[in-house]
Amino acid sequence: MTVEHLDRGPLTMDELAEVIARDIPEGSFVNLGIGQPTKIADHLPAELGVVLHTENGMLGMGPAARGDEVDADLTNAGKVPVTELPGASYFHHADSFAMMRGGHLDVCVLGAYQVAANGDLANWHTGRPDAIPAVGGAMDLAIGAKDVFVMMGLFGKDGSPKLVEACTYPLTGVGCVSRVYTDHGVFEVGGPAVVVRETWGIGVEELGHRLGLPLTAPEG
Amino acid sequence: MARTQLMETADEAVAGIEDGSTVLVGGFGLAGMPFDLIDALIRQGAQDLTIVSNNAGNGEVGLAALLKAGRVRKVVCSFPRQADSYVFDELYLSGELELEVVPQGNLAERMRAAGAGIGAFYSPTAVGTPLAEGKESRVIEGREYLLEYPIKGDYALISAHTADRLGNLVYRKTARNFGPVMAAAATTTIAQVSSVVPTGALDPEAVVTPSIYVDRVVAVEARHYTVQGAR
Repeated sequence: MTVEHLDRGPLTMDELAEVIARDIPEGSFVNLGIGQPTKIADHLPAELGVVLHTENGMLGMGPAARGDEVDADLTNAGKVPVTELPGASYFHHADSFAMMRGGHLDVCVLGAYQVAANGDLANWHTGRPDAIPAVGGAMDLAIGAKDVFVMMGLFGKDGSPKLVEACTYPLTGVGCVSRVYTDHGVFEVGGPAVVVRETWGIGVEELGHRLGLPLTAPEG
Repeated sequence: MARTQLMETADEAVAGIEDGSTVLVGGFGLAGMPFDLIDALIRQGAQDLTIVSNNAGNGEVGLAALLKAGRVRKVVCSFPRQADSYVFDELYLSGELELEVVPQGNLAERMRAAGAGIGAFYSPTAVGTPLAEGKESRVIEGREYLLEYPIKGDYALISAHTADRLGNLVYRKTARNFGPVMAAAATTTIAQVSSVVPTGALDPEAVVTPSIYVDRVVAVEARHYTVQGAR
């Protein structure tokens, strides 16, 4: 059964980060994408032993650097100064992406413009003819980690759904996303039907109407 | 060139870089960016360059300054667009600069392949995306891959932390990024470092880039620059 939280509104991005953090397995190696996903780190207790990977060459990344901690030689993939935790390691870019592509990374959480019911991901290019293309590590991350989660608002500013039957934006990866975490609900994609695990501020039936997608409840 | 040459100045270090060269430039954003070598390259005057780097410059320093000076014909990179990449943005949008966007992992691996003598390789990255256009694909054990060719540099300009007099290099934190891969992928590798120590002073277990990949080394003064997003 889908768990429906109808006594409240949709989640804030911080609350959503907390929901995602609860699903990160103990001791896993995790890459948190640039932007909203970095918030998840604030909700990972140290005793969980999660090791954060940043694709610019580090395992064991700590929180953002403040004041005297700022070191120009130590940044995350978003180029924001960060800190190192005990047990951290540094490596060059080819090794960093071999870690990803080679299937060693357990979880990667990315932002998205659109995710399709089959798990296709669009998060690098709006497709606008005047947009400057910039892909960074998005395509490598999308196909590299064992589990690719997406964290995003379910609806765009204009109210259009971002979980869709088929992506209209240029793809980042094909069938690569397994789970989509949004302010209105958590979805499993890539299977025969989209499964809604949990919703906030909206019931499954209304959600199905707004998305225009057939939704099913989890088994059991 | 058998032995790594120790140069007195950054200008000596970049001497001889020809017009039309492909130059691999280290750094991720500003971390590991070889500022002094780039500034020297601007003074040196080589033009019509192809630059291979992760980004396409920030503000008006480093790579952005080289672009602004009009010396670059083409940029091969993963992420040109940034909050402060206005120099690149203007040149690109006005059609004065050619751009090849390469996924970051493929960019690193293509240079690694060049340095390791690999003719080409199959990568799963970008399958089914617009960046797969024109690439040969092949299904291996049920998974689709794209054929990727090496990126070889005529020159690599990198920044490391310390060198010994033989040219062995160690790096510092995430400023390592593309340095070791680029050092191997270029015909002539030029490294700027904070200090050069006597041979034997580096722990051999800690050397990241062995001297065989390094042709010229120059010690430069540490430079302070504003870190994006610092608080």
